[in-house]
Amino acid sequence: MIDILSKRYLYFAISLLVILPGLIVLISGGLPLSIDFTGGSLLEVQFDPGTSMNTSEIVPIYETAGIDDAQVTTTENGSLVIRSSFLSNEIRDEIITSMELAAGSAPQVIRFDSVGPSIGRQVTSRAILAVAVAALAVVIYITIAFRKVSNAFRYGVCAIIAMVHDVAVVFSVAALGARLFDWQMDALFLTALLTVIGFSVQDKVVVFDRIRENSSILRRLDYEKLVNHSIVQTLQRSINTQLMTVEFLLLALALFGGVTLQEFAVILLVGLFSGTYSSIFIAAPILVLWEKREWTNWFSRGATA
Amino acid sequence: MIRNLSNRIIAIVFVLAFALWIDLSPQIEVLNPLDGNALFIRDVSPRLGLDLQGGLQVLLEADLPEDSPVDANAMETARQIVQQRTDALGVNENVIQLAGDRRIVGEFPGLEDTESVLATIQQTGLLEFVDTGDFSLDPGTIIATDYSPGDNAPGEVPPSEDSTEDTVYHTVMTGGDLDSVIVRTDAIGTGYEIDFTLTPNGSEIFASHTSANVGKFLTIVLDKLVISSPSIGSAITGGQGTISGNFSLESANSLAIQLRYGSLPVPLKIVETRIIGPTLGADSLQKSLVAGLIGMTIVAMFMILYYRLPGIVAVLSILFYAAIALALFKWFHFTLTLPGIAGFLLSTGAALDAIVLIFERLKEELRNGKILSQAVDQGWTRAWSSIRDSNLSTIITSGILFWFGSTFGATIVKGFSLTLALGVAISLFTAIYVTRTLLVLFLRTFKPQNLTLWFGI
Repeated sequence: MIDILSKRYLYFAISLLVILPGLIVLISGGLPLSIDFTGGSLLEVQFDPGTSMNTSEIVPIYETAGIDDAQVTTTENGSLVIRSSFLSNEIRDEIITSMELAAGSAPQVIRFDSVGPSIGRQVTSRAILAVAVAALAVVIYITIAFRKVSNAFRYGVCAIIAMVHDVAVVFSVAALGARLFDWQMDALFLTALLTVIGFSVQDKVVVFDRIRENSSILRRLDYEKLVNHSIVQTLQRSINTQLMTVEFLLLALALFGGVTLQEFAVILLVGLFSGTYSSIFIAAPILVLWEKREWTNWFSRGATA
Repeated sequence: MIRNLSNRIIAIVFVLAFALWIDLSPQIEVLNPLDGNALFIRDVSPRLGLDLQGGLQVLLEADLPEDSPVDANAMETARQIVQQRTDALGVNENVIQLAGDRRIVGEFPGLEDTESVLATIQQTGLLEFVDTGDFSLDPGTIIATDYSPGDNAPGEVPPSEDSTEDTVYHTVMTGGDLDSVIVRTDAIGTGYEIDFTLTPNGSEIFASHTSANVGKFLTIVLDKLVISSPSIGSAITGGQGTISGNFSLESANSLAIQLRYGSLPVPLKIVETRIIGPTLGADSLQKSLVAGLIGMTIVAMFMILYYRLPGIVAVLSILFYAAIALALFKWFHFTLTLPGIAGFLLSTGAALDAIVLIFERLKEELRNGKILSQAVDQGWTRAWSSIRDSNLSTIITSGILFWFGSTFGATIVKGFSLTLALGVAISLFTAIYVTRTLLVLFLRTFKPQNLTLWFGI
């Protein structure tokens, strides 16, 4: 039988290696929040072939309308994305009319989002609350589901630690994406994050369930061996469902699914992978570590593996 | 294994047939065989979200201080008024919903002329009948009145004696006291006038005011903007009156609409606007469908290659699952959005997970030397606790997401969580009931002897 658990400190190191760079980026630059959370507006327009406008022409149009923080980016398919503070519908019409006058033809509005600042603030606080409530609900749920196992509370806490790990991985990837691909964290990002939390716990439950079952059959077995045994037993299932099916679906969505869903699919792809990884390499090892109270040895020389 | 196999198969075929009927037709119609009349009709045409077909979404918020409570009934009335107003525009399939306790979300799919809708909604008119004394005011004039939304009985406030430049006019009554408004041709037959009926409370206020002020002007003001300034011809005591002027059919209708729907019980402001162009939506729909198809094909191939006979059964039951889910979405008029499609794909993953959990257990039992029928039974019983507990946690998170989405009119988030939760629930049914029945049916039909070939052990 494969011995997975003995190298547990190696897995912790690998996870740290993935999470830390992202967190450093996160702390140094912060995550660019979309207008869903900050309030503001996003206008995407496409001009007829031949007529186009560049940044230096658009910014003055915004300034004339009293908006002095317009930022223009060009997308792959040649449309312009202009981000600015909140635009009322009157000002938006005024700006589009000015663009039409300057460019000679009416621009086609591909997308327009405008979110008032107070709404953004409330969405943010509600989002934090949603994540917190989800986490709490999960601990309570697992503690209840595993109430017949000794130390049921530990399973809940380990699931939460692994969940925090997955959330950190997601943030790390998001921070990287923000640096490299100009991603912004919007309501869809939050949806992806909460889904990762849900599926992360789902995955832990499958592994824990095996531990629960084995601990009643194999009472005599050493706890570390028992957990290792349970992981190996569920390994095939983890690979088959998480890697071969769900990840394939998401990969297809990320590759062929169009711009709107790309970021969403990539976040889910990484997050769900992390969810599977952390069941085996984070949550279960911590259970063992806790059972053996290994932290008592951490500072005495050469005691740990 | 299973005792009443034929009953189960009949039930499955029946459910599948019904699901396919809904999936493939835009409308469900049951005819009475005797006279050919429709006994039952339900529209099951698919509803595409704004992100898939393009359109306009606005979020309206009560324009009151953030900490002041908003009456739930007043919000519901305001929602109905916005619905009526936009219905009067002739926009199809618009959906106006309450979002949380102080917001209303309006969606107008497939809409290209966004300006007229926004203009109509933005006439978040507070309609007032204002005593302007001896003066007829020009339409378009902005005036100040002594009415504020908190007052319940504006008629009881004494007339303002203020005669400085910024005259504050006295509001006699608000649009809330209007009962009904109709447009009809006037006595001569060339023009139009507007007949109105008042509520009992309004009749009383109106009677006492008009009898005391014959010949004076009673100005109709919408959002402090004068829209018409008729004079009081005679005392109106019966609770019914007429507004006459040089109305064309169009101007009379437009005034009638303002009178009818102008009386919002809560002032509203637009706090969020989202417009998605139709090309972006169509592009996204096509791409995500292709992506879903590619993903599903790969997954199906993997399942069959890896699990052999059970794999084929799994793919069949996933198709069955998809048919049921789509039928339910159509039946309950779920709006299909991009994240909704993603949620659906993810729940397919959950369905597969349940099946794989069972199959892995099944293989384990076979390796341990159990005979096939025992292994099938054990696979299901043993995998059940994992499947139940793990899927429940997904349903819990979906519930939290749904709550989050509905407070802010984030229909995209709502769509995702709803399809995910429903998908997980259906997948439990298919994994437990359908997959097992099909597998047993296959085993009895083919009686496989070579376990390595059929089960890939």
